[in-house]
Amino acid sequence: MAELLVFPALIAYGEAAFAYAGELRGPGLAGRLGIWGVRIGWLAQTALLVAQALSSDGFPWATWAGSLNLFVWLVVTGYLVWGCKPGYRLLGLVVMPVAASLLALAWLGGGTGVRVVEDGGPLLAVHAGLMLAGLAGLTVAAGMAAIYLWEERRLKRRDSGVLRLRLPPLAALDRLEARVVLASLVVVSCGIAVGLAGFETGDFDVAMAVTLAIMAFYGAALVLRREGALAGRRLAWAVLGGFVLVGIVLPLTHFAS
Amino acid sequence: MKLALVGVSHHRAPIELRERVAVDTAGATRLAAEIADGCEAVVLSTCNRTELYLASSADEPLEERAVGALLELAGASAEALDQVVYRLADESAVLHLFRVAAGLDSMVPGEGEILGQVKDAFEAGSTGPLLDRVFSMAVHAGRKARVETSIGESPASIPAAAAALAHQVFDGLEGRTVLLVGAGRMSDATARNLRSRGARIVAVANRTEAHGETLASRFGAETVPLAALGPTLATADVVVASTSAPGFVLEGAAIVAALRSRRGRPVLLVDLAVPRDVDPRLATIDGCFVYDVDDLDAVVTASLAGRRAEAVRAERIVADEVERLREWQASLAVVPAIASLRARAEEIRSAELARAERRLNALSQGDRAVVETVTAQIVAKLLHLPTVRLKEAAVGAEGVLYADVVRYLFGLDEHDA
Repeated sequence: MAELLVFPALIAYGEAAFAYAGELRGPGLAGRLGIWGVRIGWLAQTALLVAQALSSDGFPWATWAGSLNLFVWLVVTGYLVWGCKPGYRLLGLVVMPVAASLLALAWLGGGTGVRVVEDGGPLLAVHAGLMLAGLAGLTVAAGMAAIYLWEERRLKRRDSGVLRLRLPPLAALDRLEARVVLASLVVVSCGIAVGLAGFETGDFDVAMAVTLAIMAFYGAALVLRREGALAGRRLAWAVLGGFVLVGIVLPLTHFAS
Repeated sequence: MKLALVGVSHHRAPIELRERVAVDTAGATRLAAEIADGCEAVVLSTCNRTELYLASSADEPLEERAVGALLELAGASAEALDQVVYRLADESAVLHLFRVAAGLDSMVPGEGEILGQVKDAFEAGSTGPLLDRVFSMAVHAGRKARVETSIGESPASIPAAAAALAHQVFDGLEGRTVLLVGAGRMSDATARNLRSRGARIVAVANRTEAHGETLASRFGAETVPLAALGPTLATADVVVASTSAPGFVLEGAAIVAALRSRRGRPVLLVDLAVPRDVDPRLATIDGCFVYDVDDLDAVVTASLAGRRAEAVRAERIVADEVERLREWQASLAVVPAIASLRARAEEIRSAELARAERRLNALSQGDRAVVETVTAQIVAKLLHLPTVRLKEAAVGAEGVLYADVVRYLFGLDEHDA
């Protein structure tokens, strides 16, 4: 029965994705419906994850679809940190369609079922949890970068309606992007450190190489930002570029190996 | 209770008439005290309106008194003023005041100053139970309309639009630096707007040195030559240009190099001049935002349209608040009946306890206190529902009828007599 919780989550996330599109006409009811959709969906998905965890003897999200389910929850949690503030609501315009689509994919792949799983131990759980949390953070940062570029484009084009939308100021987005990336890198590093405990020579694979490349890429972006060489739209493009590695290359290499 | 409002506003009275009847805070306090004369009075005087609010529980000619006071203020213009004075009473007057407090009756819908002015007028008035309630709720309605809608958020003038855009780029202007190129009036107004939000005017560049120095000294800034803007451009966050030069002032390789040296760090170039001072091609430089006077005008027009849309929502909030006040006023009609009923019940309770005095003497002090509490609780619980129902009924037309029924059933009139 608990696996049915994926449907209210999916419906609520989908509703939020559509509602945020309505917010583009100006702040109002659509935005409030959007944030309530996110909250209700998040509660339903949290209940689903709890049910999955309770019915399992191991790590219930070891499959790609299961990982996706947990990943979506982490992304939405990250969004909720800022999304409740009216100024950051439109971030949901970028985040929620992705979250709803990925949750639907997780459901199709069987990652939302509640059944006894005996794979993995606590080490795997902590390692995978930290890695997914870090990657979710990078996804939220990519959402912020996309909003930055969109808002910057509107300002550059001198769009007369730019102040009618409640968008976060550019400088705030730039700062938050950098902080979220930094926090995500710390979390991913912790995940790698935990993973090293069970690492044996010969285990090194393409996915690990890609993970290290992602870390190096984002790390370099942060260093360049600190040096004043990478700010504003340049940083936003860099964060989006990094997200291509996170969203496409890493999953492909991880589940292929 | 009666409420009368008499006033003139920007809707019908030109400024020549409005200035005749405008009073400052001290004048408003004095006038309110004068016209109150046994009733309640508040004088609201702003650059857009002068309104006199009078309230009384007695049947007094409030409107005549207020009109007389207003015409007296107008002096020689009394006849002309009489043609444009509006007179409202009771609920219409309340609705008007609530709309005024919410900024819905202002020239620019949702303008922020009026709420403070209503509050000041209230504090300066000679108020009593009715105007206290009406003005407190008006201030509440005004605040609620601004919190629950975005009616007051968007800019309504070109300097405000420039400041709002700067805020959108920089996330607050605290500590941000501003360079003024040209010392015109618009530049001054924009600079003041930016400074009120925390920005620092660091430099002024002007063709006429004396004018530039005057403006610079007003803001505590330094003057820089027009020909050597490069170093300041490389560090300033906002540049406001408003010279009367026939061509671009900010153009050419040196300016481009200065802006490129910022390496993507944002800069907002506000061009208030006609002909323009800023080469629009500078907008292609990374992090460089260029707005001319037409762009800012378009921003103001769009935000005013937004304000009007939000005004519809604010009107609903105001209507709800007026309804709340009406309910409160209606409940006043049954208050005497409720008070009499409670007094009668308390009297019966006390009398019965007194009759049982001899038997209660045998009880300990603690037990007597218990008897007191229990009987008081019985009375309170018995009367709770009738009280609530009476107040609810008071909101509708049958409130007075229910109050009369209660008086009849419990013999309150006979008892009061």
